[in-house]
Amino acid sequence: MTMLAELARLIRSKNAGPFELTFDIMFDDAATYERVKRSGAVSREAVAARYNLPASEVKFFYVDNACAIKASIPRPYFQGDLLDSDGHGGQQYAPLMDIEIP
Amino acid sequence: MTQSDDTEIRILAPTGVCGSGFSEESFELGLAKQPHFIGCDGGSTDPGPSHLGCGEPAFPRDAVKRDLRLMLLGARRLKIPLLLGSVGTAGGDVHLAWCYDILKEIAAAEKLSFKLALIHAEQTPAYLKKRLAEGRIKPLHPAPEFNDAVIDRSAHIVGMMGAEPWKRALEAGADVILAGRSSDTAIFAAMPEMRGFPSGMAWHAAKILECGAAAVVNRKTPDCMFAWVRKDHFVMEAPDPQLRCTPQSIASHSLYENSDPFRLIECSGTLDLTNSRYEAHGERAVKVSGSTFIPAEHYTVKLEGAELAGYQSIVIGSVRDPYFIRQIDDWTARLQTRIHARVKQVYGDRVTPDQYVINIRIYGKNGTMGPLEPVKEIRSHELCLLIEVTAPSQDIASSIAGIVRHQGLHLPIPEWSGLITALACPYNPAHLDRGPVYRFNVNHIVEPDDPYEMFPMEFHAVDGATSRKLS
Repeated sequence: MTMLAELARLIRSKNAGPFELTFDIMFDDAATYERVKRSGAVSREAVAARYNLPASEVKFFYVDNACAIKASIPRPYFQGDLLDSDGHGGQQYAPLMDIEIP
Repeated sequence: MTQSDDTEIRILAPTGVCGSGFSEESFELGLAKQPHFIGCDGGSTDPGPSHLGCGEPAFPRDAVKRDLRLMLLGARRLKIPLLLGSVGTAGGDVHLAWCYDILKEIAAAEKLSFKLALIHAEQTPAYLKKRLAEGRIKPLHPAPEFNDAVIDRSAHIVGMMGAEPWKRALEAGADVILAGRSSDTAIFAAMPEMRGFPSGMAWHAAKILECGAAAVVNRKTPDCMFAWVRKDHFVMEAPDPQLRCTPQSIASHSLYENSDPFRLIECSGTLDLTNSRYEAHGERAVKVSGSTFIPAEHYTVKLEGAELAGYQSIVIGSVRDPYFIRQIDDWTARLQTRIHARVKQVYGDRVTPDQYVINIRIYGKNGTMGPLEPVKEIRSHELCLLIEVTAPSQDIASSIAGIVRHQGLHLPIPEWSGLITALACPYNPAHLDRGPVYRFNVNHIVEPDDPYEMFPMEFHAVDGATSRKLS
């Protein structure tokens, strides 16, 4: 087992407009990307579970030519709302880092 | 690499946002490639709702003036159009006037003459109410409630223009175009589309250009990007010879700040990257082909709006005592109750609990992720509390923050008997007034009659220090 963070070149989160949050998981090479993709450990359901959402609220993509996996979710609070704690959405990815990849 | 005008359009994007900077050397290298135009956006929603709400840009005036001066001088030297969209961060009328003012200063100082187009993007309440009543304003997902009351209490609402107003300004012979809120990509897609290049190529190249050199492998600082848009492909290269694009870096850029990496929705249709092909083109450039654009059945314009959420004061304090840390949730809940009780003593019925919001962020516990934080156990030996008060006026917010400080200092815990001081406050006064705070209040699209009705345009003849409005 290896942690996703050890295999990825970059895991990041960011606003996709003020109402959605998006996660990019990027790999250096096709072999590592394919290993993670084939494992099935990073999935719509895995993201949903880590952000307490129904899977239907998660947009999920494999982007082969970028060697990247992408997911987007509705923001827990809209950007800049009184209870929002991360205006740029940049520090919301940590729960993805320890997904275990066989 | 330079070909004739009907086989390619060359585009120079000096940087991702006007005001974030770029290297003059890179810019000169870009100009030497003989671009047909220079484009840059000046804004985004990313800095937050306050810029649209209060009219203040996110970048310093001097920083914007530095970038704008270089762009304007370069464009006038080559006699090519300069296209600047979403100026002043949020692209409302106040932001457009701010940027126009800077432009006039530069024109006067540098004795420049040109035909200027100003394209407005701010929407009037009357127009929005009319379209709303007609059922031609529709929610995206997720969206807050949008109705006449929201329109009335909004500070500003802007429409995000597509490529069509840009094309109209270019066709009218504008040398410089300053536009309010615009799709960033529309700035760059307008001229290639106007000259008959395929929309798939135009919009995909635009998507990469609008972030300047962000799509290179080894980004150092914000810098220039250059594109050659042709009939069946485009080539992307950063002018700085030390910067390198790879097929992966260019493909990856479609992920950035988008919820869907394959389908990017614009006013006039959807850019579809499902079949895009990325190939290395020499050592540093990338050739892209296969991208398509699916025209929309109905032309739509996205709205952005901001309204006042209240006036805010904050108290920052920390706790180090492990007895406090282990009961921090209980302690902050009791603090909230005490604050409400004291506010009632002070104000009676003049300030009711529904008129103000107290939010306590606990850094060291879940300050960054709030309810989404999966780590429930506190592992830190100290915690930072950021206590916010948002109220209908600054005076009330400040007063309640004063109450927060005093109640927070001395609220007891059962482990200790006697008067305690619970919060370590680094600042004096202990509270900071933040002024008005805003929230985004619309995530909807309008179906206009045509692409122009929401974006009135005016032309000016700028000649050094004078500017004359053209009829």
